[in-house]
Amino acid sequence: MSEKRIELTTPLDGNSVKRLKTGDMVYISGTIYTARDAAHKKLAELIEAGDKIPFDFNGSVVFYAGPCPAKPGRPIGSVGPTTSGRMDLYSPKLIDKGLKYMIGKGLRSSEVVDAIVKNSGVYFAAIGGAAALMAKCVESAEIIAFDELGTEAVRRLVVKNMPVIVAIDSEGNDIYKQRKNL
Amino acid sequence: MRTINAFSITELTEKLCIEANCVITEDIRTCLGSCMKSETSPLGREILGTLVENAEIAKNEMSPICQDTGMTVVFVTMGQDLQIEGGFIEDAINEGVRRGYERGFLRKSVVRDPLERVNTKDNTPAVIHYEIVPGDEFHIIVAPKGFGSENMSQVKMLKPSQGISGVRDFVIKTVEEAGPNPCPPIIVGVGIGGTMEKSAILSKKALLRQVGTPSEKPHLAALEAELLSAVNSLGIGPAGLGGETTALSVHILSYPTHIAGLPVSVNIGCHATRHAEGSL
Repeated sequence: MSEKRIELTTPLDGNSVKRLKTGDMVYISGTIYTARDAAHKKLAELIEAGDKIPFDFNGSVVFYAGPCPAKPGRPIGSVGPTTSGRMDLYSPKLIDKGLKYMIGKGLRSSEVVDAIVKNSGVYFAAIGGAAALMAKCVESAEIIAFDELGTEAVRRLVVKNMPVIVAIDSEGNDIYKQRKNL
Repeated sequence: MRTINAFSITELTEKLCIEANCVITEDIRTCLGSCMKSETSPLGREILGTLVENAEIAKNEMSPICQDTGMTVVFVTMGQDLQIEGGFIEDAINEGVRRGYERGFLRKSVVRDPLERVNTKDNTPAVIHYEIVPGDEFHIIVAPKGFGSENMSQVKMLKPSQGISGVRDFVIKTVEEAGPNPCPPIIVGVGIGGTMEKSAILSKKALLRQVGTPSEKPHLAALEAELLSAVNSLGIGPAGLGGETTALSVHILSYPTHIAGLPVSVNIGCHATRHAEGSL
């Protein structure tokens, strides 16, 4: 693990992503999009049907998260990563369509790792359960699709210095597998 | 015969839903702090520090510790000489959940039907376990359970011949397979004996025991210590990114079982393993 600290702004630039290595600490600023289980199902259905997707995938970062309701005067309630593995069924298809920068927590399937390598993507891990803290990185939030899904709707977040760790880099090095080899 | 009003149960449940989701219990908070000192991985230490900081913010602002404010699990212990007036206990508890999740700005994560999957939008119904005891006391524990950790839990019907080593292997395998997913450092709840569902309920109840308090049964206390050391040797560590602090504690509860069986359940709790309790 190199454990470098790097600041990145969205939309991410492919060359900067290729320089990231597993274990690097990254602080992300700019626009990111939330989508979790139900939204992934819907995004996959839209792609399958050839319909318009709700945001431009190119260079975008998807955050697997469903926030708590915002208290008055706050942009968002507590928000942190959900378990990414439940998105594995849909992710390769979305990665191939350009949604190749992801933030979540936990293990990914070999199909997802292959799709990351093929498309030079990256999978970041955020710290699970640190949701009150992470909400402080969010400057604004608005629902842009699938409003009926409640917490699972797709939200556009503007974040400042959101801390994440490179879990799977563009070459497919996986922090969770490295740990197992210790 | 003592009488309490159903509305007092609603009010207490509402308060406990908010408290459990926003305030980490002192025993867990203390344990996270001491693990921060003992963890040898620098990244692991940093993550534990982040979790402690998160807990402070959550408590000070009364914001949820985690966005997954869980399915609301409730343990009711009720004396048989107690009478409830003014409504049905189950409705009273669910109304408390409804109010708590609304007023506490907690996430509503429950779907009406497991296959149709439409959100009930008020986090009801709760999963409620009742226990009738002698006396006239009313005690309630609210333990919101997030599914990052719940999904990594397992049940196994072992053969009696597999004995203690079978239990040991199953617990370790469950924690290893869970890996980073349940937001380690975890608390490992183990239920041994009874029937299939009895072991599962015991494993959930085991999560509620104070961290740092071993089982009262010496052979189980020894197994808890052995398992804690074994799972902390797996290298999973805080957030699953490596280190020695994979679990804060292993808690075992047991119950008599059948001559032909050895049911074992492992319920995994996240780093916050939230719960709050009160009495009427």
